[in-house]
Amino acid sequence: MIMHIISLLLILITSLFFSGIIIRAKSIFSGRKGPGIFQPIRDILRSFRKGSVYSETTSIIFRLAPTVYFSTLVMSILFVPFGDHPGLFSFRGDFVFFSYTLALGKFFMIIAALDTGSSFEGMGASREGLFTMLVEPAFFILMGSLSLLTGYTSFAGIFGALHFGSYISYGIGILASFVFVIIALIENSRMPVDDPKTHLELTMVHEVMILDNSGFDLGLILYAINLKFAMYGAIIANFFLTPGFQWYYSIPIYFTVQFVFAVLVGMVESFSARFRMNHNPQFILMFTSISLLIFLGVLLMLGKII
Amino acid sequence: MSYFLIIFIAIIISAVSLAREKHKSAIALISVLVVAFFSSWISIGALQGDTWVKTIQGGNVFGPVTLRVDGLSAWFVLLTNFTLITGMLYGRQYLKKSHGNSSGTSLHYISYILNQVALIGVFFVQHGLAFICVWEMMAITSFILVIFEHGRMETLKAGINFLIQSHISIIFITLAFIWVYASTGSFDFSAISEYSSSGTREAGLLLFLVFFVGFAIKAGFVPFHTWLPHAHPVAPSHISGIMSGVIIKSGIYGILRMLILIHENYLILGYIILIISVITGIYGVMLAIVQHNIKKLLAYHSIENIGIIGIGIGIGSIGIGLNQPALVYAGFAGALLHTLNHSLFKSLLFYSTGAVYQALHTVNIERMGGLVNKMPRTALLFLLGALAICGLPPFNGFISEFLIYSGLYGAMGSGSASTVIVILSISGLSLIGGLAMLCFTKAFGIIFLGKRRFNPHAEVKDASPGMLFPLYLIAIPIIMIGSFPGLFVSLMQKTIEEYSAITMPSGYEELLTIMQNISLAVWALIVLIITLYFLRKIIEEKRVIRSGPTWGCGYPADSPVLQYTATSFVRSYAKIIRPLVVTSKTRDEIRDIIPDPVHSATHYNDKVERGLVDWPVRLLRGFLNRFRFLQNGSVQFYVLYGVVFIAISIAIPLIIRAVQYLTQLLNQI
Repeated sequence: MIMHIISLLLILITSLFFSGIIIRAKSIFSGRKGPGIFQPIRDILRSFRKGSVYSETTSIIFRLAPTVYFSTLVMSILFVPFGDHPGLFSFRGDFVFFSYTLALGKFFMIIAALDTGSSFEGMGASREGLFTMLVEPAFFILMGSLSLLTGYTSFAGIFGALHFGSYISYGIGILASFVFVIIALIENSRMPVDDPKTHLELTMVHEVMILDNSGFDLGLILYAINLKFAMYGAIIANFFLTPGFQWYYSIPIYFTVQFVFAVLVGMVESFSARFRMNHNPQFILMFTSISLLIFLGVLLMLGKII
Repeated sequence: MSYFLIIFIAIIISAVSLAREKHKSAIALISVLVVAFFSSWISIGALQGDTWVKTIQGGNVFGPVTLRVDGLSAWFVLLTNFTLITGMLYGRQYLKKSHGNSSGTSLHYISYILNQVALIGVFFVQHGLAFICVWEMMAITSFILVIFEHGRMETLKAGINFLIQSHISIIFITLAFIWVYASTGSFDFSAISEYSSSGTREAGLLLFLVFFVGFAIKAGFVPFHTWLPHAHPVAPSHISGIMSGVIIKSGIYGILRMLILIHENYLILGYIILIISVITGIYGVMLAIVQHNIKKLLAYHSIENIGIIGIGIGIGSIGIGLNQPALVYAGFAGALLHTLNHSLFKSLLFYSTGAVYQALHTVNIERMGGLVNKMPRTALLFLLGALAICGLPPFNGFISEFLIYSGLYGAMGSGSASTVIVILSISGLSLIGGLAMLCFTKAFGIIFLGKRRFNPHAEVKDASPGMLFPLYLIAIPIIMIGSFPGLFVSLMQKTIEEYSAITMPSGYEELLTIMQNISLAVWALIVLIITLYFLRKIIEEKRVIRSGPTWGCGYPADSPVLQYTATSFVRSYAKIIRPLVVTSKTRDEIRDIIPDPVHSATHYNDKVERGLVDWPVRLLRGFLNRFRFLQNGSVQFYVLYGVVFIAISIAIPLIIRAVQYLTQLLNQI
């Protein structure tokens, strides 16, 4: 039983300090002292204790959306395996359920933004919808390539079989984790697609959608960002967990990957500027073509390119 | 049996036309229920593997006509009956509010009844000539249903467009049946499979393609879809619902039926259908997003969903071609279930749109907004439909899309199908999913959320409970299929096994196990959401809750005009797809120091329609215009034409004989 929820537990633990590491990394790179790594979680806890202000324009949709968003995220986490230990739910094609559940949450966040009747939030909603749509194929192509490579069509099956191959499969693993890093950046609306620390509403994506959320709902949304990072970190870590290893090897590897991922995000945010908004679709499409490259790589490996 | 049916229909038709205005709809409803009851009775048995066969004597013209209900027919009969019953329940409330004349409503109800009979006939009949007859009856009655509001020019135009394209479809189907008749001498459907197994492979392929084009026009596969976005918006909402829900599905039925009969070339056919379907799906949703007319938006979504169904059919037939039962099961189960699902959520969306239309008297979504507080029930039902059509769990659309995905990934994992085509289909299907989400967040958000954009003080009331009742009726299976998919997927096993000579019951068992897992996961999701919502409620009760205006970045005037509009919501998207659509912009110039109000309008039109329909029609019309002088309106000339015609028809044989005589004479010399 513990092996079924180990993935969930590890993701929950990681989510406590993930944003903290990003912020710490950024502050170190820019030569500041910076807050402690638990500061983001403290901010979230403070939000949970606060009261809320609701816009008069909003309806039940606005109140329901953060709850649905958070629940879908927790649901998706239940599908993420830990190495060859499947998550709580695992069946053939489970990553389709994973992706569509996340989409359900996003659907609600978008309509909640439109519910406020604010022009800013509509703008954010429009961008979020567009970027989501563009990201989707990359994820599915990547999973398709991996299932072609391994012959399995579930998260656990794919990650369990991935490591018995040659060095090329490690190469593909690294490329695939690169794609997942970028998916995580786009899904969490981080640099270089969106700048969470910007001060101008016109240039925001995700932040502008939640301008009107406050109190408990805001806490849920903010914690969801941490959870989402940790979840993608866990998926990436799966590329590096070798089956058959004991837990006392796997768990340190897992945390190292999560740590490196967080520092990487901090680095990207420190050293790159945000794209112009109309370059974002091009960027996202570009990395869809990276996942097509992975597919071609798999075809080459299997000698099936015809 | 058949005589009984004819007498029954005759009685009902005369009753409808003779009855008083308020009784007409009740009589029509009874008729729909009776026909639905008997046909469903037969079908439920057939769905369990108990095929119903009956031969009736069709006289000299038809010969013996076989009526046969197998699993495939039964599935379509059942889903048709459900949608037609809800359509009738909804339509009688809907028509109460619209002001048609008495003869118009009589004709409407009669066409509705005949349309049901014709549709069921299409699924029952296994005889080419009889099939064409019922198919034609279906086309004509649906034409009459569409042009109910024939006072408006655009309704008539769209209706005639629909009528012409329906008949192009009939030409293709007729051609194919005549082809088979010419070589086998029989119109029976079994002759088609006889012919395809005896003839060459190429002939079988070509025969299927002729059938496919005919049925694809009805179903709305790109590039044969052009009638669909015109016909759906002009029809009354309940007719749009049944058109999109079941009438276009008769095309899908035709394709599935022909796949059973022409059992050749499955692999190549699978690829052809797969590619066309992916294009159809992407193209449909791509154009749906930029529409401002909500009914047109939904019509383009029907094209998208036909594409999704087609992807399932394609995967299924690739599975037959490769001898892989897992693909056959996943593909056909996905296609059949999506056919049912689409008929449910699309009719739900059209019916709730009808309620909005009757409240606001517009279908332009830019003029809506903020309806969620005024029409909460309609909003909820529309949201349910929107979530389901986007294929999001925990609703029914997800289940069928999941089955199709698992077919595609199964093809990928087994590695025997052409992986390039499969991966492109996977990315196409996921793109369709993302685009559908963009489209329906726009539709729901702009129609129901925010503030009223236009005429904000007008009185708006939610639809009456009688009108919403059929919508709730549709909501039940949408939720049921989403949360207990195993029940419905297991119903299809017998139907799917008709396709494949090799069956593997364990493969289906596995599919059902996955469905059980999904069911568990779906329930976990629902429980999670409900628990969290109550937790939040308990916590919020202890906190201070205030309300205020929407945060406006320091700008205090919150005018509804400042909200994001539908056009601005999809503007960045529209910029990306600009090369693929025809954009027409009209804009008034600003003149004078104190200018008059100016208007600007942007419309996105269908490029395929431009190239495939408008352009050839313009050429043809240009050519035919040269003969316009003939039609000058004076009777004397028309009499002259008659005389000339008779003279020519008498003269030609004479001239030929004279020429023959002359040549003989010359030869003799």
